[in-house]
Amino acid sequence: MTAIEQEKRSRSLSLSTRLRPIAFIVALLVIWQIAVSRHPDQLLPGPLGVIRALAELLRHGLLPRYVVASLFRVTWGFALAAVLAVPLGLTIGWYRRGEMAFNPLVQIFRPISPLAWIPIAILWFGVGDLAAIFLIFVGCFFPLLLTAMSAVQNIPAVYVNVGRNFGLNTAQFVYRVLYPAVVPQLITGSRITLGIAWLVVVAAEMIAVNSGLGFLIIDARNAGNRYDLVIAGMVIIGIIGLLLDLGMRSLERVKSFRWSYSGD
Amino acid sequence: MVFGRDGRSVPVLEDINLDVSEGEFICLVGPSGCGKSTLLNVTGGFLSPTSGSITIDGQAVHGPDPRRILVFQERGVFPWLTVEGNIGFGLSKLSRAERDQRINHYVRMVRLEGFEQTYPSDLSGGMKQRLQVARALAVNPDILYLDEPFGALDSVTRLIMRGELLRIWQTERRTIIFVTHDIDEAVQLADRVVVLSSRPAKIEAILTIDIPHPRNISSRRYLELRDDLLSKIGLAYTV
Repeated sequence: MTAIEQEKRSRSLSLSTRLRPIAFIVALLVIWQIAVSRHPDQLLPGPLGVIRALAELLRHGLLPRYVVASLFRVTWGFALAAVLAVPLGLTIGWYRRGEMAFNPLVQIFRPISPLAWIPIAILWFGVGDLAAIFLIFVGCFFPLLLTAMSAVQNIPAVYVNVGRNFGLNTAQFVYRVLYPAVVPQLITGSRITLGIAWLVVVAAEMIAVNSGLGFLIIDARNAGNRYDLVIAGMVIIGIIGLLLDLGMRSLERVKSFRWSYSGD
Repeated sequence: MVFGRDGRSVPVLEDINLDVSEGEFICLVGPSGCGKSTLLNVTGGFLSPTSGSITIDGQAVHGPDPRRILVFQERGVFPWLTVEGNIGFGLSKLSRAERDQRINHYVRMVRLEGFEQTYPSDLSGGMKQRLQVARALAVNPDILYLDEPFGALDSVTRLIMRGELLRIWQTERRTIIFVTHDIDEAVQLADRVVVLSSRPAKIEAILTIDIPHPRNISSRRYLELRDDLLSKIGLAYTV
């Protein structure tokens, strides 16, 4: 096979493999629609009903408003958690005595689901944005802390020794050796944590606030069993979650971060 | 030098007394695990000896210093920096123009032209080691320590790298202390070869290689010295 034929073959392969998941989804949608039209008296809508519900949300301007509200809370909760957890985690991870002191505390708090904090969140912040942001903060803090601790502990000793060898002071060392060495792991951890944040925001909004995608779902059910809106909300949540994840993945592709994934 | 580990103390180096002159090329040779790397780390200031001291030019060594750069066997280059970035790593105190000039000089010296913007993940093992040497030399150290720098490379590359190192050393003369377990490497490179026994390492012998560079590795004198070294290490050399 010539080089040109090989390339054409590999390109057409990727086209058909790319179409396969889409074709699969379309097939599932068709089956769903058929199932729904056979049982018109139950409450769950088919894909057409969901699309109609999405159009309704767009018409009333609710969709963009709710999406923005949810994203706003995720951004703030995540950012606050990152700003606190990452430096703290890097410091704790670096000093072995620090780790021994903090680790038991961290291990006790970690398994507590952020949702268990809901009563305290409402107690402290009332029903509203702050409560939701607090919940997201709690949900992000411990994963980010542990990621940072682990990232620092996984820095190969060689890099530390080279840094010492070249006479860097502490600030230079942190900026030029420690930070670049931990960034890939931090990005991976952030990707996972962002996923958690997105899960938490939906749950938090069901209970603690009056806007957002989680609220949309619970309100749709309470206000008249509008399950088409419920599923529409779920679809939007899924799509945005995917977009957030893709966004984080694109960070991983930055060349000077990519070294950690190419297996050296 | 005594290591404390798990409550037991392990003597690693004993009775090491060595004087090295400026510009000399010294090889430390010994069996695996004998403590050669430990000795190197101690002289570099990365470890403190439990007894005894290191003095360089009359000053005691307290810790790592950019005047004495260590080249590691593997993973020594920073993977998040390009070739240029790595070589320029120790040059932050210089002006932009000076920095660029130095980087260019050493890129050419280690023959990595064309790869200035390449990341280490796209370089071969030999190229990465050359990059480390360039980075080390760029800060103009007095002493270069090399810890089995060619150990992870294939034998052909090793031969080539030895030639490269000697060429660089003859252009910009520094004191070099080179750890290896390869006897040929020691005889080919060094002015003096320090033979270390197995742990706890003591200096068994110091051999002076009096052949001028470039050394013919088939010459009689070379083979004599090689045999001498083998016998000092205590190896039977018929296989």
